[in-house]
Amino acid sequence: MGEYTLDYLEQLEAESIYIFREVAAQFEKPALLFSGGKDSITLVQLAKKAFAPGKIPFPLVHIDTGHNFPEALAYRDALAKEVGAELIVRKVEDTIKQKHLTEPKGKFASRNWLQIHTLLDTIEEFKFDACIGGARRDEEKARAKERIFSVRDEFGQWEPKLQRPELWNIYNGRIHKGENVRVFPISNWTELDVWNYIKKEEIPLPSIYFAHEREVLEHEGQLIAVSDYITIDETDVISTKKVRYRTVGDMTCTAAVESSATTLDEVVNEIMATRISERGETRIDDRVTEAAMEDRKKGGYF
Amino acid sequence: MDILRFITAGSVDDGKSTLIGRLLYDSKSILVDQLEALEKQSKNKNADGIDLALLTDGLRAEREQGITIDVAYRYFSTPKRKFIIADAPGHVQYTRNMITGASNSSLIIILIDARAGVIEQTRRHSIIASLLKMPHVVVAINKMDLVDFSEERFNEIKADYEKVAAQLNLGNVTYVPISALLGDNIVDHSETMSWYTGPSLLEFLEAVEVASDINHKDPRFQVQYVIRPQTAELHDYRGYAGQIISGVYKTGDKIKILPAGIDSTITKIEVGGKEVNEAFPPQAAVLHIADDIDISRGDTFAHVDNLPKVANEIEVVLCWLDNKPLIQGNKYFLQHKGRLLKTIVRNVAYKVDVNTLERIPAEDGVKLNEVVHATIKTAAPLVYDHFDTLSDYGNAILVDETSNSTVAAVLLN
Repeated sequence: MGEYTLDYLEQLEAESIYIFREVAAQFEKPALLFSGGKDSITLVQLAKKAFAPGKIPFPLVHIDTGHNFPEALAYRDALAKEVGAELIVRKVEDTIKQKHLTEPKGKFASRNWLQIHTLLDTIEEFKFDACIGGARRDEEKARAKERIFSVRDEFGQWEPKLQRPELWNIYNGRIHKGENVRVFPISNWTELDVWNYIKKEEIPLPSIYFAHEREVLEHEGQLIAVSDYITIDETDVISTKKVRYRTVGDMTCTAAVESSATTLDEVVNEIMATRISERGETRIDDRVTEAAMEDRKKGGYF
Repeated sequence: MDILRFITAGSVDDGKSTLIGRLLYDSKSILVDQLEALEKQSKNKNADGIDLALLTDGLRAEREQGITIDVAYRYFSTPKRKFIIADAPGHVQYTRNMITGASNSSLIIILIDARAGVIEQTRRHSIIASLLKMPHVVVAINKMDLVDFSEERFNEIKADYEKVAAQLNLGNVTYVPISALLGDNIVDHSETMSWYTGPSLLEFLEAVEVASDINHKDPRFQVQYVIRPQTAELHDYRGYAGQIISGVYKTGDKIKILPAGIDSTITKIEVGGKEVNEAFPPQAAVLHIADDIDISRGDTFAHVDNLPKVANEIEVVLCWLDNKPLIQGNKYFLQHKGRLLKTIVRNVAYKVDVNTLERIPAEDGVKLNEVVHATIKTAAPLVYDHFDTLSDYGNAILVDETSNSTVAAVLLN
């Protein structure tokens, strides 16, 4: 029976494709939340395979904080065109203006919290009943406990105590009007699984994932790209370093790592050798409080 | 490299958190920043200077209330395998969580405190493992350091558990004496327990054969989604997407479409957009058939000479998972993979005591965490297999029509 076996990446892929098809079958208006990061790029690849030779039967939605890496935006536009999917972009900037939201202050003021408002408004505007996201359970302990089909109330809130038991591979997506489901098809993938899959499938990535020269400032051991979105003080030391990004979020809350890796093989080797976690190394937003992710999820975040 | 999904059953008192922490730590899945955070918090430090149990520390909401809400999933890998741990709390009120975690696992680690031996909780976990037909059981006899690493004590507990295993028909039981706290027989062989010559826990987890658990002989496929691009170049394309649940499908296979009972032939198979000659579990495939038949989500494709059951009155085991009690005569949705059918729970025959296996009358209603034998009636014929013979097509859930909650795990008989 040896011939009828799948390796771990094929098993993960099969599970994720199954989940994508459940979403398409169970919901009337799903959307794929696309950030331009490697996890959502992996989602698009899986969705392509799930519905081939047809097109992906739902739009890509990007909640644009206005603090994105230009490379990620260019990649987003090109990818949407390539797969023939509708691309819906909603800007946090517009929500801030319309709703008179208060922008966070500080050196690396992040719109991470504010994007929840734009996301919920977008869900409301298009009446999305399922939003597919690229969160992984290995990232963080709040994520470790979330379901693959995660039912959110009309405020988008996650209630860990009221989660539905998720048995076998049966996904219960029945919801009441106003509720929606967040679906995480790569829940069971780790960071390294995603990288190995990208390598195996030869998926092109935005250039910032590979080593390049960039002006950065060093803050509490992390390297932050110099941009218009952060406050630069006189005491900051700015230098040009060879860096790459391990995860791609906003320019204000994503840190770079020093690297000379210019190919996928080299990147994967560096990640295998690293002794620091993805979030620990690169996400400034999780450092604020120990329960930062738990709080954001309860507030409607992914 | 493949994947092993396993569940750890036990409570904090058995050292479950320490065991998982040890597996993550010794397999070097814990990274420097996570360790630093732990070192700051650790009060119960071990020789390495950290409290391993903190690695599986829960949410703030749980710490505040002193409870464990839910199954947490943890990941680690070695060069041989990727591991997915379903970390479920073990107390009686969490039977629901254990069933959830066990349903997605092919192996269970039952933790026994060497000082306490086989206790009620051990029996409960074993009964659930037996109910869900878990193919592999590892009995990890922990805290051997607290019984002087005694071979005699190990053998005594092993003999006690063998009786439980025999009563429950548990096959493939492996016994490992460990100390999660000190690391004995977790990754490396214990120096102090040289009398034990079997594999360490991790060696066993790396080597246990799970590929052969997959059924390759009874072809079962349920239509999940119909792919019809309806574009100019793909005008006539119509593919039936779904997972190969069991068996092997080949082009040219004669199939019967159920419950309609119509025969056809497989003309083409695709996996991930590429044409292949055959598909097998757990591949997500697209099947094409020769005839133009009205087929929708939930229909089963089986081989003409190997058919599943088709019935609308079915004996089931229900594991009740909801705070609202089961009410006999109530209507629910039965969800069998992607197929949703209106269902009445007709007759609740008896409850099973999950600690003793005794049958108890069910007159006073069925509550959360209880297991019952019942009869259900579905609004249309269900196409399924007996859970004991083909569990992957013999499982389902009940969904409450009004709350939409998943209220029961269903084992079809």
